[in-house]
Amino acid sequence: MMEKMIFGRFMPGDSFVHKLDPRSKLLFVFAFIFIVFFANNPVTYAGLLVFALLVIFVSRIKLYFLINGLKPVIILMVFTFLLHIFFTKEGNPIFEWKFIHVYEEGLRQGIFISIRFLVLVFMTSILTLTTSPISITDGLEVLLNPFKKLKLPVHELALMMSISLRFIPTLMDETDKIMKAQMARGSDISTGPIKERVKAVVPLLVPLFVSAFKRAEDLATAMEVRGYRGGEGRTRYRQLKWDGKDTLAMILLVAMTALLITLRS
Amino acid sequence: MDIQLQKVSYAYAKGTPFEKRALFDVELAIPSGSYQAIIGHTGSGKSTILQHLNALLKPTEGALQIGDRTITAGKKAKDLKPVRQKVGIVFQFPEHQLFEETVLKDIIFGPMNFGVSEQEATKRAHKLIELVGLPHTILEKSPFDLSGGQMRRVAIAGVLAMEPEVIVLDEPTAGLDPRGRKEIMDLFLQLHKERNLTTILVTHSMEDAARYADRIAIMHEGKCVLTGSPEEIFGNAEKLATYRLEAPRIVRFQRELEAKIGRRLQTLCLTEEELARAITAAVREERAGQ
Ligand SMILES: Nc1ncnc2c1ncn2[C@@H]1O[C@H](COP(=O)(O)OP(=O)(O)OP(=O)(O)O)[C@@H](O)[C@H]1O
Ligand SMILES: [Mg+2]
Repeated sequence: MMEKMIFGRFMPGDSFVHKLDPRSKLLFVFAFIFIVFFANNPVTYAGLLVFALLVIFVSRIKLYFLINGLKPVIILMVFTFLLHIFFTKEGNPIFEWKFIHVYEEGLRQGIFISIRFLVLVFMTSILTLTTSPISITDGLEVLLNPFKKLKLPVHELALMMSISLRFIPTLMDETDKIMKAQMARGSDISTGPIKERVKAVVPLLVPLFVSAFKRAEDLATAMEVRGYRGGEGRTRYRQLKWDGKDTLAMILLVAMTALLITLRS
Repeated sequence: MDIQLQKVSYAYAKGTPFEKRALFDVELAIPSGSYQAIIGHTGSGKSTILQHLNALLKPTEGALQIGDRTITAGKKAKDLKPVRQKVGIVFQFPEHQLFEETVLKDIIFGPMNFGVSEQEATKRAHKLIELVGLPHTILEKSPFDLSGGQMRRVAIAGVLAMEPEVIVLDEPTAGLDPRGRKEIMDLFLQLHKERNLTTILVTHSMEDAARYADRIAIMHEGKCVLTGSPEEIFGNAEKLATYRLEAPRIVRFQRELEAKIGRRLQTLCLTEEELARAITAAVREERAGQ
């Protein structure tokens, strides 16, 4: 049941998006998060959506797979959509039935917010799906390097992040395993009445925490015996390479920003 | 309880790009009361089969008969608790399932989930802790203060406490010391006989499969490629090799011996005792012949 989740998952491939340098991808997504807020009319929102779909197409990740894997997020999106529809009371009423009143502005806002949400989720998922966790942290570390002057422990943060990303799938597998073992002992978290399910949480979480702590301890020991001393004076085995593709991506980003700013009302 | 797998196929993460087919049309019938071993190279799908046996996984194609329940692909199975109570699984490294404050509480967790009274469950725990070779005083300890081997035994006791009719073992002795291995395996055999259980053992130890099982199935790349008695399975070394398996030490020894003395013993021996007897008989025969 955990296997459909795509959050934090990496799907190797050799599309244009896969081959981009992690730095350009990170910059792109980071800038994109701000650019999304320039959109404020149907044309600009439609533009954002089309652009996101284009990126998905270029990355050769199947749209249905993406939507399937983002189900929890999409449920959240539908929920905000409904909130907007029912609670915004501006503009002309367009639909009335008993106590439900839908206004023009509500529908507008609902659709806009949903698109914003969807586009952001798509772009960030594409980032993690097309970039290995190691590249993401490498890219992040380089990008954050200037902040070292401000005494920000950049290397340590990057290491923490890469370790967390590395252990997400492991923990998922482990959860699955322990869940099955407890189900076999008659404690089922995935079916039955709520009361039973809540009771089944402890038998799942305790072993999970125990093994996570044990793993952390083992990892710390393993790093120490191999002489890890933090980031000072450390060289890299994997070198990042910025090439034409990445410059192209940046040009695209600037062009899109300019377009959005001209088209917004 | 008879168990029957009919053309069972299974794919992990079905419908995603990570889809991974693990079982292909597996046919396997396990009659009530038998001791079935399942052997095969790593990754051949043994653990995947086991998880079907109490409906933790449902076949993506085919059907599965457990006693009078049929579990088919696509159909939503309601209330699997009775099945789970009757089929107890000891998973690979079962010590990871311990979670309670005391060993006693952990052992009675399973039976109490299936509606056994606390009193009755406690009684079972006391009996079982002795059976798995641990002192009674351990019942009051935290399971996390025990050694790996002790944890394993506690976890096994926790599954046995549910008093299942079918017991499914996924490499129950991996990582134990040789003596502990034998103790645990002998315990399962004893229970198998006393309680007339159906036992299904997944193992990498050909010796265990030869010594304990009365039927063996070989898994290879997600398919069940060969079934038969231990003699049939281990008598054919060439075939075993194609599945990346080896006959038990004792069988290899017998073959080497036979090659050396230039004659065949009457039977294929699966244990040291059997081989000793066969050799004695052969020597006697030789002397009588002279
Ligand atoms: N949760 C999972 N998700 C995806 N694939 C899996 C999962 N579990 C197992 N597999 C795959 O299914 C195949 C069969 O795995 P299985 O665990 O049944 O093998 P096994 O015979 O028990 O091996 P071992 O002897 O190493 O325990 C393997 O190729 C494995 O990679
Ligand atoms: Mg296995």
